Amino acid sequence: MPRLSADRRHRVRFTLNGRAVEADAEPRMLLTDFLRHELGQTGTHVGCEHGVCGACTIEIDGMPARACLTLAVQADGATIRTVEGLAPRPGRLSVLQEAFRRHHALQCGFCTAGILMSLDTYLRSHAAPSETDLREFLGGHLCRCTGYTPILAAALDAAKLLREAPVHA
Amino acid sequence: MKPSRFDYQRAETLADVHAALAENGNDARVIAGGQTLLPMLSMRLARPKLLVDIMHLPELRKIDAGRNAIRIGAGVRQAELLAWPELARHQPLLAAALPWVGHAQTRSRGTICGSVAHADPSAEIPLVMLALGGTIELSSRRKRRSVPAAEFFTGMMSTARAPDEMIEAVSVPVARANTGTAFQEFGRRHGDFAIVACAASVSRDSISIAVGGVADRPERRDFPVLDGGALDDALDAFAWQLDAREDLHATAPYRRELVRRMGRAAIEEARRCLA
Ligand code: FES
Ligand code: FES
Repeated sequence: MPRLSADRRHRVRFTLNGRAVEADAEPRMLLTDFLRHELGQTGTHVGCEHGVCGACTIEIDGMPARACLTLAVQADGATIRTVEGLAPRPGRLSVLQEAFRRHHALQCGFCTAGILMSLDTYLRSHAAPSETDLREFLGGHLCRCTGYTPILAAALDAAKLLREAPVHA
Repeated sequence: MKPSRFDYQRAETLADVHAALAENGNDARVIAGGQTLLPMLSMRLARPKLLVDIMHLPELRKIDAGRNAIRIGAGVRQAELLAWPELARHQPLLAAALPWVGHAQTRSRGTICGSVAHADPSAEIPLVMLALGGTIELSSRRKRRSVPAAEFFTGMMSTARAPDEMIEAVSVPVARANTGTAFQEFGRRHGDFAIVACAASVSRDSISIAVGGVADRPERRDFPVLDGGALDDALDAFAWQLDAREDLHATAPYRRELVRRMGRAAIEEARRCLA
């Protein structure tokens, strides 16, 4: 790749929720802004914009990651999933999303997209997490509404349902 | 909070990185995982004119386990090292410390060498490098050299790296038999930067203790085997020798007290794994 100049916009391409997408970005544009403003995918939220709150967490190449700590140009060629990709089809929620609804694991919803993305990647590689594992993992997220207890309950419930009927993931 | 403007270059060869650093000096910054650099850019604590992305160089993405040392390339992410099945056997202290580095959501992208390069005084990886007597491999167009961790960290977020040099890899010795190690940390929440972190290593004839979060860089002391009050005295002397920082998280006396108590606890834990 040649040197991309600071004051021009450059084409960035990646796979987003299974679809090839592209748009233009200055080198300094954060991936959060690229997703929200250039691609119109506003499900990914922006809180602190320096890696602390977890609201912007998405999945990059199979791992949970902070979109606000990634430049759009760094993501060129990557495979990305965001909260828009969780529901299996319109009108139907994923097992994890349903569990959040049942357990009232969200109030204002600001932190929710990030927490869902973190948990979605985590539950795929950890089928039977303990409450301690989940607490440790959720340490990377701030929620100012729920007190975390319903989030833990939803995550444990979703893990159990996914173990019993993994096809409905 | 948006970064100021910079050019971006995805390096295709090591020579690209060396050329960019030689030609731009302090105006260029290497970016690997970006987990320390991006907040600095967004808060405009750093305003480079050029970022050189090194994550597409396959030669930097390797963990090499030799007979005596483990070499970790500049592109190895913290999560990759943590997931390496040999880590706990080859270097248990590193395996114990890595889960304390940031969160799973930042270890997925942050690199080992990136943490070393930034030299945050509270960061765990520089502390472990010092505790283990690791080395930092620097390279530039001019030359390559290895710097021991004890000489590399020169102060608050500053290192012995020259502006035209990049960190190509770091090496840590493979754990020796008859050595026990332990890592302990105290912070407000797991995943926050350490208020104080301690890495202890104990053998039949010596004790070594390294602490982070206290002074402007990690510090280490080696003692002969001591016990009881004599060990407390040695740790007390160490605590007073450190130029302990005051900030909104803790006062200097509080940090010194943590060095005395947690230092002792870490040494005792290391002893138990030796036994
Ligand atoms: S907005 Fe990215 S972690 Fe807070
Ligand atoms: S639901 Fe409001 S911050 Fe989590």
